[in-house]
Amino acid sequence: MATVSMTVNGKLVSRDIDPRTLLAQFLREELRLTGTHVGCDTTQCGCCTVHVDGKAMKSCTLLALGVDGSHITTIEGLAHGQELHPMQAAFRDHHGLQCGFCTPGMIMTAVDMVNRKGTNLDDQTIREELEGNICRCTGYHNIVKAVHYGAEAMAGTTKAAAE
Amino acid sequence: MSATGIGASVRRKEDFRFITGKGQYTDDVNRYGQAHAAFLRSPHAHADILRIDTAAALAMPGVVAIFTGDDLAADKIGGLICGWMIHSKDGEPMKAGSHPALAQGKVRYVGDHVAVVIADTLDQARDALEKINVEYAVLPANVATANATQPGAPVVHEVAPDNAVYRWAIGDEGATQAAFAKAAHVTKIDLVNNRLIPNPMEPRAAVGDYDSGNDAFTLYTTSQNPHVARLVLSAFIGIAPEHKLRVIAPDVGGGFGSKIFIYAEETVCVWAAKKVGRPVKWTSDRTEAFLSDAHGRDHVTHAEMALDAAGRILGLRVHTTANLGAYLSTFSSAVPTYLYAPLLSGQYAIPAIYCEVDGVYTNTAPVDAYRGAGRPEATFVIERLMEIAARETGQDPAAFRSKNFVTSFPHQTPVIMCYDAGDYPASLAKALDMADYANVPARKAESARKGLLRGVGISAYIEACGIAPSAAVGSLGAGVGLWESAEVRVNPVGTVEILTGSHSHGQGHETTFAQLVSERLGISIDNVSIIHGDTDKVQMGMGTYGSRSGAVGMSALSKALDKIETKAKKVAGFVLEASAEDIDFKDGKFSVRGTDKEIDFASVALQAYIAHKFNGQDLEPGLKESAFWDPTNFTFPAGVHICELEIDPATGVTRIDRWTAVDDFGVVINPMIVEGQVHGGIAQGVGQALHEGAVYDASGQLVTASYMDYSMPRASDLPAYQVGMTQTRCPSNPLGIKGCGEAGAIAAPPAVMNAITDAIGHEDIAMPATPLAVWRAIQKGAQRAAAE
Repeated sequence: MATVSMTVNGKLVSRDIDPRTLLAQFLREELRLTGTHVGCDTTQCGCCTVHVDGKAMKSCTLLALGVDGSHITTIEGLAHGQELHPMQAAFRDHHGLQCGFCTPGMIMTAVDMVNRKGTNLDDQTIREELEGNICRCTGYHNIVKAVHYGAEAMAGTTKAAAE
Repeated sequence: MSATGIGASVRRKEDFRFITGKGQYTDDVNRYGQAHAAFLRSPHAHADILRIDTAAALAMPGVVAIFTGDDLAADKIGGLICGWMIHSKDGEPMKAGSHPALAQGKVRYVGDHVAVVIADTLDQARDALEKINVEYAVLPANVATANATQPGAPVVHEVAPDNAVYRWAIGDEGATQAAFAKAAHVTKIDLVNNRLIPNPMEPRAAVGDYDSGNDAFTLYTTSQNPHVARLVLSAFIGIAPEHKLRVIAPDVGGGFGSKIFIYAEETVCVWAAKKVGRPVKWTSDRTEAFLSDAHGRDHVTHAEMALDAAGRILGLRVHTTANLGAYLSTFSSAVPTYLYAPLLSGQYAIPAIYCEVDGVYTNTAPVDAYRGAGRPEATFVIERLMEIAARETGQDPAAFRSKNFVTSFPHQTPVIMCYDAGDYPASLAKALDMADYANVPARKAESARKGLLRGVGISAYIEACGIAPSAAVGSLGAGVGLWESAEVRVNPVGTVEILTGSHSHGQGHETTFAQLVSERLGISIDNVSIIHGDTDKVQMGMGTYGSRSGAVGMSALSKALDKIETKAKKVAGFVLEASAEDIDFKDGKFSVRGTDKEIDFASVALQAYIAHKFNGQDLEPGLKESAFWDPTNFTFPAGVHICELEIDPATGVTRIDRWTAVDDFGVVINPMIVEGQVHGGIAQGVGQALHEGAVYDASGQLVTASYMDYSMPRASDLPAYQVGMTQTRCPSNPLGIKGCGEAGAIAAPPAVMNAITDAIGHEDIAMPATPLAVWRAIQKGAQRAAAE
């Protein structure tokens, strides 16, 4: 067993774990944060995407010990209570989800995309940046739309926060 | 139309939990004290099991138990079943080989279930798997669909010595022969409908739980039809009688058919929960999903179409070999027969059709329904033939289709189906207009100037949905009826709970079913809850597949709402001191005709429960009604999809430039959701045409068992879609709904392949048309041209 500590959604957590525990397992089984989904266990589908120190990473192939001391944000940490993050709201408003399984990873990737690429995203950029996230339900059309409008909405909130 | 009623693009009620990570999928369920199961799977496609030695594995840390097929047999747990009897053309019943949940003496495909380890943790269970020593005598594998029944091919099941499950036929062979005898032109084609792996993003999972105090089981499972699962697990497999087995399918992350079936893993988990006295959980990893989820398609077909001198279709004859894999999955026998051949008439008036289908065993994973299930295969045959026939006879493909459209209804085809309503020319005209078909030549010239090949392909599809009239499917061999149920529970405060046998795994029923209630009862959708997926709550239901939830499930709901309205009018009559016949109900208000006396729905609900205004012997207190709806016909969604694409001849890379979809789904409850279904279906169809293909090597190893090897369409592979609609009301259900869930997956593959063959100038290319396949086809075309 080994001790791992990290800040998850703003709370410091510490657990004794089997050293081979993956971050996705740690979040889902130790912390019961089951919004992080495992769709392929080989870093290809993106369902397990979380933010590690502000960057989107796939938690199914990261050892929990490997991110000891990091700040982790999961889908559960994005909204403030009933107040949704603009990207979450955009997925709902533009029907960017059907079964919901890939959705947490899509949203975490989308927020990261905006952080890296800015809030004015054209469709081609969005499609290319979604390369690491697979959705089987939507055909991506409405996800692309949701990311586009979510990015615009994030521009609004960033501006509002700055003012 | 109200803001939340029928026809409104209402935002989905279920989305809040999904976008905040609060969905509750089967793998999110954790029961106190649960142990974890891991399955030992066959590494061989075909082998006798000589010996299984579990001693070393049992000694591993955390191991609770290890079970094999012998343990299931000792408990008299039955094998998995196929619920649709198909008879061969000689009258012989299909040859169903036994299908034990854990192998008994033999394994028949890579991934077949040999043993299960149950341990305290999943990692411990997986560690122990590696210590099980199995001695196999490896046998030659029967892999290729086209060769499965050849003399000398390895025999998969003794009951079928030639590996034929059935040799089935439909249609009038003599009339079809006569049609071909008088043909002015015959178009012939050989087609492979590539094998696909469904890949819902949520892998299958099961949690079995046993309550020894009540001798009762609970199974949480990733199912599209929990009641069907309970029925099969009870009545056929023998886990427990139905009243002692609760099946819960909570949030389910996509199904596409693959979660209809009753598999080995959930059978073993629920059975083992009693054996080990602890809840038992299993979650598939992605490679297990590739290996053991039922696959789709896998047809080898020769088809011929006879035309007269005027370009009218005289007849169609088809021979298909359908790979059913190593075992017959739950509905597999029906897919390449009754869900396939009855759709071969397409949107066209074809006087004579004859189709033979050989269902064959191979040493590959079972093949069953995958989005569209038989109908994409039929559409691929007829729409490729239509395109090629038009090219061979020098006709415009759109005009050629128009000439042969069914234009009067009802239309009885020569292959069972009676089309009840549609307007095929309207969909075609709208699609051609939206696709700017008239300017295709100019765009082709523009592409040519850039050194690119542009092609355009039309697909005019029809499907049979709203599955299905129970007596009709019973006469065709189905073991179940395919009605649906609904219950409406009105609470004393006027809020409503709907219990439905339909199951949502992405379709948005919590919204669309609530829209129907909102429309009918004049209440807010926020005051309506939709309850599904739990056999302890919903009495019985047949689940969701075959685009049936709207046409069948909502029809049951509509019927139950009729009963609610009738009862509520009686209550209102007592309250308003009028005869129930004089009560009108509109916009949530009951009023006495010709007066200003009225009462709202919530007040009537309260009156129904306090029962002060009427005699409980004359009228039962309460407001709760249920209904079963059995359809009178299939429904026939139809439409036209047009794909326009560009190919770079230097690399073979295909880029879809435009996608136009015009669909007639009858009445649409929520256009936003329906368009989403169309988008997703197209993506799966494009996936089949350009990307996806399950590949077994000659020894029966699945070489496409991860996302590195099996190409799932990604955002950058797909275009934005232009979606339009036409509408003819479905006459066979009260809401006029035809269904929309499978249309895109049915329409898309021939649209893509018609476009690719248009671009490259010949027909000799198979799906998936990967860049390599396209590049090779272009070289082949160039060589042929040089030789001529």
